[in-house]
Amino acid sequence: MNWIDIGSIEEVPLRGARVLKTPAGCVAVFRTAEAEVFATADRCPHKGGPLSEGIVHDRKITCPLHNWVFSLETGMALGADQGQIATYPIRVENGRMLFDASAVALAGAL
Amino acid sequence: MTRKLVVIGAGMASGRMLEHLFEAEPGAYEVTLFNAEPRGNYNRLMLSPVLSGEKTYEDIVTHDDDWYAAHGVTCRFGERVVGIDRAARQVIGEAGAVAYDKLVIATGSDPFIIPIPGHDLPGVIAYRDLEDTEAMIALGEQPGARAVVIGGGLLGLEAAAGMAARGVEVTVVHLMGHLMERQLDEAAGYLLRKSLMDKGIKVLCQAVSKEIVAGPDGRARALLLDDGTELPFDLLVMAVGIRPSVALAKEAGLAVGRGLQVDDQMVTSDPDVLALGECVEHDGALFGLVAPLYDQAKVLAHTLTGRADRFVNKEVSTKLKVTGCDLFSAGDFAEAEGREDIVFRDPARGVYKRLVLEGNRLVGAVMYGDTGDGAWFYSHIKDATDVSEMRETLIFGPAYQGGGSADPLAAVAALPDDAEICGCNGVCKSTIVGAIQGGAGDLGAVRACTKASASCGTCTGLVEQLLELTLGDAYAAPAAQPVCGCTDLTHEDLRRLIKAQELKSQPAVWQELGWTTPNGCHVCRPAVNYYLLADWPLDYRDDPQSRFVNERRHANIQKDGTFSVVPRMWGGITTPDELRAIADAADKYGVPTVKVTGGQRIDLLGVRGEDLPGIWADLNRAGLVSGHAYSKGLRTVKTCVGSEHCRFGTQDSTGLGVKLEQILWGSWTPHKVKLGVSGCPRNCAEATCKDVGIVCVDSGYQVSVAGAAGMEVKETERLADVATEQEAIDLTVAFVQLYREQAKYLDRPYKWVAKVGLDWVKAQIVDDLDTRQALIDRFEISQSVYRKDPWASEAGETALRARYAPLATLSLEAAE
Ligand code: SRM
Ligand SMILES: Cc1cc2nc3c(=O)[nH]c(=O)nc-3n(C[C@H](O)[C@H](O)[C@H](O)COP(=O)(O)OP(=O)(O)OC[C@H]3O[C@@H](n4cnc5c(N)ncnc54)[C@H](O)[C@@H]3O)c2cc1C
Ligand code: SF4
Ligand code: FES
Repeated sequence: MNWIDIGSIEEVPLRGARVLKTPAGCVAVFRTAEAEVFATADRCPHKGGPLSEGIVHDRKITCPLHNWVFSLETGMALGADQGQIATYPIRVENGRMLFDASAVALAGAL
Repeated sequence: MTRKLVVIGAGMASGRMLEHLFEAEPGAYEVTLFNAEPRGNYNRLMLSPVLSGEKTYEDIVTHDDDWYAAHGVTCRFGERVVGIDRAARQVIGEAGAVAYDKLVIATGSDPFIIPIPGHDLPGVIAYRDLEDTEAMIALGEQPGARAVVIGGGLLGLEAAAGMAARGVEVTVVHLMGHLMERQLDEAAGYLLRKSLMDKGIKVLCQAVSKEIVAGPDGRARALLLDDGTELPFDLLVMAVGIRPSVALAKEAGLAVGRGLQVDDQMVTSDPDVLALGECVEHDGALFGLVAPLYDQAKVLAHTLTGRADRFVNKEVSTKLKVTGCDLFSAGDFAEAEGREDIVFRDPARGVYKRLVLEGNRLVGAVMYGDTGDGAWFYSHIKDATDVSEMRETLIFGPAYQGGGSADPLAAVAALPDDAEICGCNGVCKSTIVGAIQGGAGDLGAVRACTKASASCGTCTGLVEQLLELTLGDAYAAPAAQPVCGCTDLTHEDLRRLIKAQELKSQPAVWQELGWTTPNGCHVCRPAVNYYLLADWPLDYRDDPQSRFVNERRHANIQKDGTFSVVPRMWGGITTPDELRAIADAADKYGVPTVKVTGGQRIDLLGVRGEDLPGIWADLNRAGLVSGHAYSKGLRTVKTCVGSEHCRFGTQDSTGLGVKLEQILWGSWTPHKVKLGVSGCPRNCAEATCKDVGIVCVDSGYQVSVAGAAGMEVKETERLADVATEQEAIDLTVAFVQLYREQAKYLDRPYKWVAKVGLDWVKAQIVDDLDTRQALIDRFEISQSVYRKDPWASEAGETALRARYAPLATLSLEAAE
């Protein structure tokens, strides 16, 4: 584990997302509630839509390009669609978001 | 041999600890008890009932003089401890030192005071002890007194409700989007806010306090918010949080993180110094509620008497002690993998319940309005019960195992009798129910005798639900298409209910209309957001997070994730300067494709998301604003050259087009809106396939509506022929506003007109001049908010601009 402070939770709009650039590609950081965030890969497995630009609802994200819906918890596509996005460890402490950089280092090595 | 025990702080935690100690081994220690407050242990929780007048201080004393005397405790109340000399094993009080064999630190916590200018003025207090409570009680005796409470958490709200109960006019200022955000989700926060407002308490959310200003007497007088609001007060209560009180321990050289660090036995880094209560940090956790402190008290007493025990931090539950605000929250809503929600709402009773499941275990529960089952849920959370067997019915509580489901008619049943169902004809619920009871057994009959749903028809669904409610199974309603899986309501019902119930926020819609999900989905949220902003332009603030990416980013997303930028060219008119600015921007930002659109303007395709604020700022400088090529709003007004240049032109079609575009731009509509103005019936602007098309003729203007040229092609229908340009403009604006107020989200005007009928539209805006004017007035009110260039505000405000850039960039080094 290599927890890195990536910013204040206030920098991510409620029910919105921001992008985190990493050596292993873009990671989308979603804020689903006042103090709840999730991190996943930013690329939609369907046709590469930028998930951070989608609509966040409950603990789910709808891709902006063709409305596939993914669970932010498991990364699984919901409903009739098939696919999965990578999810990464992230947590909130004192209003700061901590991201586990070792996760993307590993992903990058694969 | 009796050993000497010194305790610093006579609060709730140390009080409970002493009870355990005296019970386990009476006489084992000779106790000296310091307390900075000039009194012994009382039930701090109960300060709120004292404040509201339901209890007195005497009622809440836990340990009185007799109790301390009976246990031989030397009380040094009203005396602050100023130092600990660990080498000499001495505690130094203001009135002298005392030796210890064992020391217990239980100093509780200090209220956090936001360091804004004026925070230290007289007239600013926290809410922690009896003195604070008495100051608030005294305020209630002053007629017409006003108070401001900063902080919409547990303490702030109890302070607010207590003062309000004493006749004080109270305003709560809260930084976050909803009240008690740490314990409640938005829906419960919405209900809580509603009950507080019913008690006359004003609640401002997302309000940032900037400064406290003093009056001529040097006392704090008013709070300034960063949006310029000034809130005058006689007393300001700051209840924004607490910090462990660790100054003493830190100075004594004990290990201190965020709190005074203790192990499972409540021992600090010095084996002879123990600690408990809100001042400690255990395994990274801090404490703010009393339940875990009681567990600590037991463990600490056991440690002092040489018994093995260990403290385990368990889930806590919260209740707000405000009469009439029945809420309960327990467990954990914070981030974790694999969680699932169960939501139940009963709008009629103002009930909201949400359970959070992780696998087969219940990990969190929030409820409002009906908290009777709180303890039952809490016990399942604490015991980590496997709830898979009762999952389906879990939310109904212990009494309903095996019971029913939410009633889709509840929202309509909940409407008050005077709620307006049919807006066109002003028919309220009781009139319709009366007609049904009087024998009107179907839609046609209700229409005939009340006129409800006889005009535009958008309330048909509601009338049918009233039939179903009143007649029960005797009435079979035709199946209607709900908005999405989050609700049983149709778009039409949803729009009517938002108006009839005056719902002005998204949480209000979710709660009052019984949404089955915590906060909607990508289908209903954009629609709800639109309906709210169209119906309540001054009360509701547009929510970008409920918009499709194009409308949130003010640019069209392309298949490769880049964006296109289309500046407005009013009526298709441009200038050499504008063209130069567009060319320069295209060069500067490496725009791969520059294209003339089908809407008489220029599209810059392939701009990177991060470059958007930059290119907009450049275009803004040349006077160019957003063309809204991405919005469900006004797109283009296509014109031809008209009488200014064309040998056949009858009127100034270009000029009229420019005027219309300047009036209508920026407005949000159910779907996009495009206009065309042609200078003569040759119709070079293709006006007769637009949403509104105007064809100029010698005698004036032929205004027609509801054309289509996309997936369907359809000629417009004539609304009216008018003599003056002003009338043409008025009709257009009134038509657009009627469409904004009535249509279903994502219906283009031609689809909506097909549903309500052109005759009805004519009756509203051609024949009825008052209605026409009222529509124009309402459009102007809405435009006072929305006739603004979104590019300028997004590129101009640093905070908004920052959102186009990555949050952070992790380098390879950092990741290794
Ligand atoms: C740029 C433009 C094509 C062009 O290069 O000329 C265009 C581009 C798009 N059109 Fe269009 N339409 C463009 C003029 C039109 C026209 C002609 C016109 O405006 O005179 C029509 C027919 C008239 C009409 O609106 O019905 C038109 C009918 C549509 C439709 C079908 C609408 C319908 O109700 O049937 C869609 C789909 C939709 O809106 O749901 C659409 C959707 C789109 C979208 C937004 C598709 C999307 O969701 O991504 C395209 C964005 C392209 C991009 O990458 O940015 N576009 N589109 C034109 C922009 C005009 C402007 O200056 O704003
Ligand atoms: C208005 C109010 C309502 C609350 N409602 C609830 C509720 O509903 N549910 C719930 O679980 N919790 C509630 N709490 C929180 C609860 O009261 C605290 O968690 C609890 O009192 C903490 O106990 P403690 O012994 O750690 O600290 P305290 O009770 O604060 O006692 C610490 C004592 O140490 C003294 N002290 C500090 N420094 C020194 C020093 N240097 N020398 C001498 N003495 C010192 C202080 O004067 C104080 O009397 C409420 C708190 C408040 C203020
Ligand atoms: S017709 Fe419109 S929506 Fe279709 S490809 Fe062309 S621009 Fe895109
Ligand atoms: S690219 Fe995400 S749904 Fe198509």
